[in-house]
Amino acid sequence: MFDDLADLYQEVILDHSQRPRHGRKLECFDATARGDNPMCGDRVQVFVKHAPDGTIAEAGFEARGCAISVASADMMAEVLRGRTDAEARQLAEKFRALAKTGAMPESEEANGPVETAVGTALETLQPLAGVHAYPSRVKCATLAWHALIAALEGGKEASSE
Amino acid sequence: MNVMSLAKDAVGKSIAEARADFPILAEKVHGKPLIYLDSAASAQKPRAVIAAMVETMERQYANVHRGLHWMSERTTEAYEEARTAAARLLNAREREEIVFVRNSTEAINLVAHSYGRGVLRPGQAVLISEMEHHSNIVPWQLLRDAHGIELRVARVTDAGELDFESFERLLADGKVALVAITHMSNVLGTVTPAERIARIAHAAGAKALFDGSQAIVHRAVDVQALDADFYVFTGHKLYGPTGIGVLWARRALLERMPPFLGGGEMISEVTFERSHWAAVPHKFEAGTPAIVEAIGLGAAIRYVEEIGYPAIAAHEAALTEHALARLGGLEGVRVIGEAQERGGVVSFTLDRAHAHDVATLLDRSGIAVRAGHHCAEPLMRRFGVDSTARASFALYTTMDEIDALADALAKVREFFR
Repeated sequence: MFDDLADLYQEVILDHSQRPRHGRKLECFDATARGDNPMCGDRVQVFVKHAPDGTIAEAGFEARGCAISVASADMMAEVLRGRTDAEARQLAEKFRALAKTGAMPESEEANGPVETAVGTALETLQPLAGVHAYPSRVKCATLAWHALIAALEGGKEASSE
Repeated sequence: MNVMSLAKDAVGKSIAEARADFPILAEKVHGKPLIYLDSAASAQKPRAVIAAMVETMERQYANVHRGLHWMSERTTEAYEEARTAAARLLNAREREEIVFVRNSTEAINLVAHSYGRGVLRPGQAVLISEMEHHSNIVPWQLLRDAHGIELRVARVTDAGELDFESFERLLADGKVALVAITHMSNVLGTVTPAERIARIAHAAGAKALFDGSQAIVHRAVDVQALDADFYVFTGHKLYGPTGIGVLWARRALLERMPPFLGGGEMISEVTFERSHWAAVPHKFEAGTPAIVEAIGLGAAIRYVEEIGYPAIAAHEAALTEHALARLGGLEGVRVIGEAQERGGVVSFTLDRAHAHDVATLLDRSGIAVRAGHHCAEPLMRRFGVDSTARASFALYTTMDEIDALADALAKVREFFR
């Protein structure tokens, strides 16, 4: 009955939304911010903990929202581990493009080490690309990323509006 | 054919035949017949309304209340005829008690601004309830912050009805000057006992305002029988166009209230030293009004009158009973709100899926429902939910559509297994 929804609700997405691996507040964290989607009431609080070398050691989140927003937050937390803030920002930008257009963004430079790590992470997030066909749901997928950027910039709140 | 005669097309139509009056209901969505269960957000429009608006623009249009020419006079007549229709709908004492506004939100803002700042005194209180739409919360918060008015909130019971114990307790100290309560909750479907609310408010020295945005769609409203002081509704939920709504208030109140907006239409004389206001209701209708929309609303009111509230209410009561039985029988479905008196709105949650996911899946089955907080976040918190899905019914809704919703919901739950 819902065959044409298989692109949006892929198995991996349903799995992350029903059994999130990172859906908790970190015991200690050095950056956090809340993301709100005022139109639908989705809310996610993102927590980030950095390692001494400046890379992201762990990310976690608390969310109330739909399957897409929870799965996206969980998948984000998964791919952030070991990334630098610069890589995380790049990833956020590319993921937003992916969610909006459904197409993998072209890599601008020849395979530098940064590009490779971001590229691999983006592959992991690819199942969320199906959201592009549902314009009212794109914000569900990008909400956690908005909150992440706000957290890395030292802010407290972000809106997907 | 003129605008007046157009609306008569629906005369004598039974409720079953009425569905054919709504052209959009023949549309398909994602290749499936549209099942529109979001009428509480905005209702679809019958041909009588569409035709009245088109006819106005094609054959009989000019600005109102100023032209000395034929077109303006005829358009003014049609516009004022809509005011008469609204007065008849609410059983207002006088047609001059009807003020045209954009929607319920603007009507409440008008009262909060004009009556709130012009008549209420700092230290007095406004009493609302937990089940208000944001449009009956935020204007009072603005008034509170700007004018030193206290804002009080009466509780809602677990069944989703107004808690009269809480309500009367908050009135006890005599500080409440205005009670502003919904006549029907857009989330719970609860129809509030407006007559009783007004009686208690008056005994405590307060005026009573009712937000009739939902109620007016489902039942006859008699502002005199309710003994209301203010009553507001919006046109687009009553099968009319967007951009037009009604504020009704007792003439004595409107006379006391200062203008809300200044400009053309609302004055009797202007000099650079001062201006004199036009008589009620024009004092509150600054600028060129929504002429075509008001005429469309007039047609919508006549359409509803012709089908008749008894038929509409009986049809929607049957739909709601069927929906509650079908949804209540589904595993994992929780219906929010169990008021005794209720209209055609059913909010629910599904255990395995968020309301947005439910709405997206239903949409692919051609079924349009609302999902989210329904502009009533405090009420969502009261019932411990982030959001609900909401199915709402209109005079054109069928039993088959409700069965389709229930069948689809069972499959949605399977999908999220």
